[in-house]
Amino acid sequence: MQPFTVLTAIAMPLIRANVDTDAIIPSREMKKVSKTGLSDGLFAGWRYQEVGGRDPNPDFVMNRAPYDKSEIILGGVNFGCGSSREHAVWALAEYGFRAILAPSFAPIFQANCITNGILPVELAADIIARIAQDLEQDPQQRQLVIDLPQQTVTSPDGSIYGFEIGGEAKEMLLEGLDPIDLTLKLRDRIQAVRVAGQNRRPWEYL
Amino acid sequence: MSKSLFDKIWDNHRIADVGDASLVLIDRVFLHERTGSVALKSLKEAGRPIMAPSHVFATMDHIVDTFPGRTDKTIMPTGTAFITETRDAALDAGITLFDLNDDRQGIIHVISPEQGIVLPGLTLVCPDSHTCTQGAFGALAWGIGSTDAEHALATSTLRIKKPKSMRITVNGHLAPGVTAKDLALYLLGRYSAAGGRGHVVEYAGTAVEALDVEARLTLCNMATEFAAFSAMIAPDDKIFDYLKGRPYAPKGQDWDAAVAYWRSLKSDDGATFDREIVIDGAEVTPMVTWGTSPQHATAIDGVVPDYQAVQDRDSQEAYDRAIAYMGITPGTALESLPIDAAFIGSCTNSRLSDLRRAAAILKGRHVKAGVKAICVPGSTTVKRLAEAEGLDQVFRAAGFEWRESGCSMCFFAGGESFGRQERVVTSTNRNFESRQGPETRSHLASPEMVAASALTGFLTDPRKFGPRKFAV
Ligand code: SF4
Repeated sequence: MQPFTVLTAIAMPLIRANVDTDAIIPSREMKKVSKTGLSDGLFAGWRYQEVGGRDPNPDFVMNRAPYDKSEIILGGVNFGCGSSREHAVWALAEYGFRAILAPSFAPIFQANCITNGILPVELAADIIARIAQDLEQDPQQRQLVIDLPQQTVTSPDGSIYGFEIGGEAKEMLLEGLDPIDLTLKLRDRIQAVRVAGQNRRPWEYL
Repeated sequence: MSKSLFDKIWDNHRIADVGDASLVLIDRVFLHERTGSVALKSLKEAGRPIMAPSHVFATMDHIVDTFPGRTDKTIMPTGTAFITETRDAALDAGITLFDLNDDRQGIIHVISPEQGIVLPGLTLVCPDSHTCTQGAFGALAWGIGSTDAEHALATSTLRIKKPKSMRITVNGHLAPGVTAKDLALYLLGRYSAAGGRGHVVEYAGTAVEALDVEARLTLCNMATEFAAFSAMIAPDDKIFDYLKGRPYAPKGQDWDAAVAYWRSLKSDDGATFDREIVIDGAEVTPMVTWGTSPQHATAIDGVVPDYQAVQDRDSQEAYDRAIAYMGITPGTALESLPIDAAFIGSCTNSRLSDLRRAAAILKGRHVKAGVKAICVPGSTTVKRLAEAEGLDQVFRAAGFEWRESGCSMCFFAGGESFGRQERVVTSTNRNFESRQGPETRSHLASPEMVAASALTGFLTDPRKFGPRKFAV
């Protein structure tokens, strides 16, 4: 996965409460035996004119330049709630989103973001509203800067907002690791436990 | 320090602390074609090998058809891809696959015990919520998501926080004609579908010890309906006898060492649990669900409850919706509800003893005209054994369809289903809206209640057909 250090990008406002995983990707868009090929279904219910269709709905923010090039979402409370389907995060990542700012996230969605290289940033609703206002004057030029090492978000007006993130989540994002990579750093330890186990209870090893 | 069965297995598998979780060794991974194909494919795309392929098994159960003469073609649109991709990926990864025409094929939680793959003291995971079934062998077995399955395959570990523990002690005995399914439904009805939330539940007490191996699987199966992390029962001689000689069970010297170790797998006197429940087995009577949650369970000789009876756990809205969905009215005697279909199958109740008990009721009788009745053995092995003792003839003569093994109409994923608003009495585990087909109304019950109801055309207390044993 791509490491996340400092991101400077266009941010798209989607400041609605409870954007659920079914809105992020409807189940009808998850037909394949795969994690890929999902980005076309991202926000399908809002993004296209008809269910199952592909004619863009011009009213949806993601269909309007320059927001079609966004890598950041400015979200509302309880972002990513609903079914625990990881497809929602896979679709966001495949489309190219790298960070989401919201006052709160659904816990499973938040964990899925981190394991898929998307940075979930918790900031108060009024801060997100202020950022959105600052950007909207010229979304193309006024890009948002997210600095993960420093744990700051810098708005073009110069305001700097700090955010919190857990140590392991930060390490994974900074190094572009998923949990498997992280665990495989302990490979020797795992192997040693398996060898010891095989000596003690050989029948458990086929 | 006194330890519980769960503590012992946990401590034997904890490798390290990682963040606020533990890295836990995983001994066996089981996959099926519905979710396993995604995990295998994604691992391959990432260029990640499986750490211990000889510890990984896969089967075809969820999406395959169960009609005689079935092939890779499925009624479910796009189903074939799941089958062929699982087959290709399994071959490629070097794991053991119980394929469509393999004698060992069947529902994962039926064949894993049959093959001796689950053993006392092991950790076993599968991307399937009913993996808790296998805890009946004194293993720590639980359902995971597809991404965790990849993690388990690639690293032979998982990162998890230690779940809380709970013991449910059932003293005394279950009355004759009362089954493990009734006990599971009773606990759901009494303690709600959130009753075990996040806990590893150990079932104990004389009534549990008295259950045979297959009944224990039934009891542990529905722990996920109870919102438990998993369930387990301390292994005993019944389990050891069952396992002896199974293909993947220990042999020779290993066998003796294994049994000696397995005997230590029980909760010590003085072991503590985060929660304890104690009930008397005599309280349990034959149960059935009336609504759309497994907690909507009540005694078959009762009535559809009014809102007052369930208000401590159901909102008025949820209750009204369940009543409307099921097409019933409060106060109606459950035994007066006419059924359209009867289904015996699923990882809850499709093993040989389940089929025998149902056949004992069906023998020499015929299902009510107009009732569609289907029996789907849980595995190809179960099917063969049942046929060897003539059970298939009993089912067929009684008017049941006799199918190939698989999950079948336990759940609807776009394939075969029951009709809209059809009332189905079913030996499965979930009665959610549209679980068995769009708008289908499911009543969960034991296999003998399904059989009895199929005969009368109404939900029926199987005790009305007396204690019959199926004579071989
Ligand atoms: S039989 Fe039903 S509950 Fe069991 S594994 Fe299959 S689909 Fe799931």
